[in-house]
This record gives sequence, structure tokens and C-alpha cells, in this order.
Amino acid sequence: MTTARRLFLAGFALAAAVGLGACGERDQVTVYKQGKYQGKPDTKPWDNDPAANSYPGSKWNKGDKASWESAVKTRNLAQNEYTRAE
Amino acid sequence: MARMKFLCDAERCIECNGCVTACKNENEVPWGVNRRRVVTINDGVVGAEKSISVACMHCSDAPCMAVCPVDCFYRTDEGVVLHDKDLCIGCGYCFYACPFGAPQFPQAGAFGLRGKMDKCTFCAGGPEKDLSKEEWQKYGSNRLAQGKLPACAEMCSTKALLGGDGDVIADIYRQRVFKRGKGSEVWGWGTAYGKPDQPKAAPAGAKS
Repeated sequence: MTTARRLFLAGFALAAAVGLGACGERDQVTVYKQGKYQGKPDTKPWDNDPAANSYPGSKWNKGDKASWESAVKTRNLAQNEYTRAE
Repeated sequence: MARMKFLCDAERCIECNGCVTACKNENEVPWGVNRRRVVTINDGVVGAEKSISVACMHCSDAPCMAVCPVDCFYRTDEGVVLHDKDLCIGCGYCFYACPFGAPQFPQAGAFGLRGKMDKCTFCAGGPEKDLSKEEWQKYGSNRLAQGKLPACAEMCSTKALLGGDGDVIADIYRQRVFKRGKGSEVWGWGTAYGKPDQPKAAPAGAKS
């Protein structure tokens, strides 16, 4: 076998290896990651002092989540006209 | 408390646009931006016309949050989806992702340039000091911090639009549906407000 022929076969083998290397089956499904909020923190509605409000809608104890929820629920029930009419 | 939700009763909505007006007034929403709007189908067809008031539905798995490239969205403890306008770049991805068309963009200049996204906040303001001037200017009114509920739902004249704790408004709606009854004639006044209770049968021998 001549040197030129050897070189040709070696080059062919290399080209085939590189060319067929892209034919492998790989998982191409992207895995999405949930982003994390990057903005400023927000204050909680129950941390406000209802007495400081000029037009208070409900009364609750400042910082007490349960009392705020109770106050909002009472107001929420006012949207039921059946009970309001009774 | 469950998550804060809106529920619109299509049997009651009369397309008065009072909720749209209340929202505009409460939050001084700029011209060209509608945080809430009323959609009507079969307009003018008797018995088939239905209207529904639509705004941000504060999704439990919000697509706007998922697609935002700068992660400016967050969900409060009450389940309200809000965003930080200081981070928003006005790209519009959230508009394409939202199935309700809730995100709105004020025109910020010539050539259709978009400003920062604006949407319904469930009258919960945003990530600024509660009831501050900055919060008001960027996000509008913060009624939750005043122990109130969204203006659109609280002022709805027919109480078609309910807003508040999901469990509470579901109970209100359930009671309403039981009162209405069912049948092929389920539209009109009786459907919306319930039929009067059946009068008790007169005792035997009584004068009619």
C-alpha cells in the first residue's frame, strides 16, 4: 500500500468519524427552570395600621394576619345580597 | 384564607361597564390602558347574549411569571400576582403568554414604543411602601392594605362580579346557583336573581 493511499484512507476515516459524530441521538428536550423574583420585597396588607387610614374599610389589629383575614371575610360576605336582604 | 380570586356570573352581567369605570377611577389608569374590560358574545341575540368582565385572573400557575425574562413577577401570600415596574423592560412576553390579555402596555412614545407593563393588581398595589405616593403612581390603589376588596367587584351593581377569598365567593355563587334552579328557561331575571319561593298551600276550608 502506498503512502498516498494510506493517507487517503486515514483522511477518509477521520472525515467519516467527524461527519457521523453528529448523528448520535441525544435528548433535546429543554428543561425549563422556574425563575425567582428579582424585584423589591412587598409589605403585607395586615402590617398596616388601620387607624392611620383616613378612609378605613375594616378594622384589624396591626400585624395580626388572622384579624385582617377575618375583617376582609366580613367585607367579602357583603357581596352576597341574599344574606344582606334577610 | 384561600387565594384571592375573581368570579364573573355571566347570567347577571348586563355589560354596564361599571367595573371598568370603577377600576379606571380607583387606579387612575392612563389613557389607552384597560386593566378590566367587558367581553360580550352573541350581541343582540335574545337569550344567547352573554357578557363577562375580564381582567387578570391571578392564576395559581401564572404563565406571565413563567415567561418573564427579568423575573419581575411575584405572588403574594393571598395569591395575588403582582410585578415590579422598576424591573419590567416592556418586552411584551407576558402579553403573549396570558390567555386573558391582561397585561397592558401604555404607549411610551412615537413609533408604537411600549412602556412598562400595567395590569390589574387586585387593588393590592405593588412592591412599594403600602399606601405611599410611589405605590399610587406606579400601581394605583392598595385597597387590601385598607381592609377593602377590589373596587370593581365591590361596586358591581348586579353583583355579577365577585372578588375576594376564593372559598367565600365560591360559597356565594353556589348559593346563587341553588336558588336559581335549572331548566331550559335558565336565562333572564329568574335565573339571575332566583325565583320567588313557592307560596304555601292554603289550609283546607280557608277563604281564597
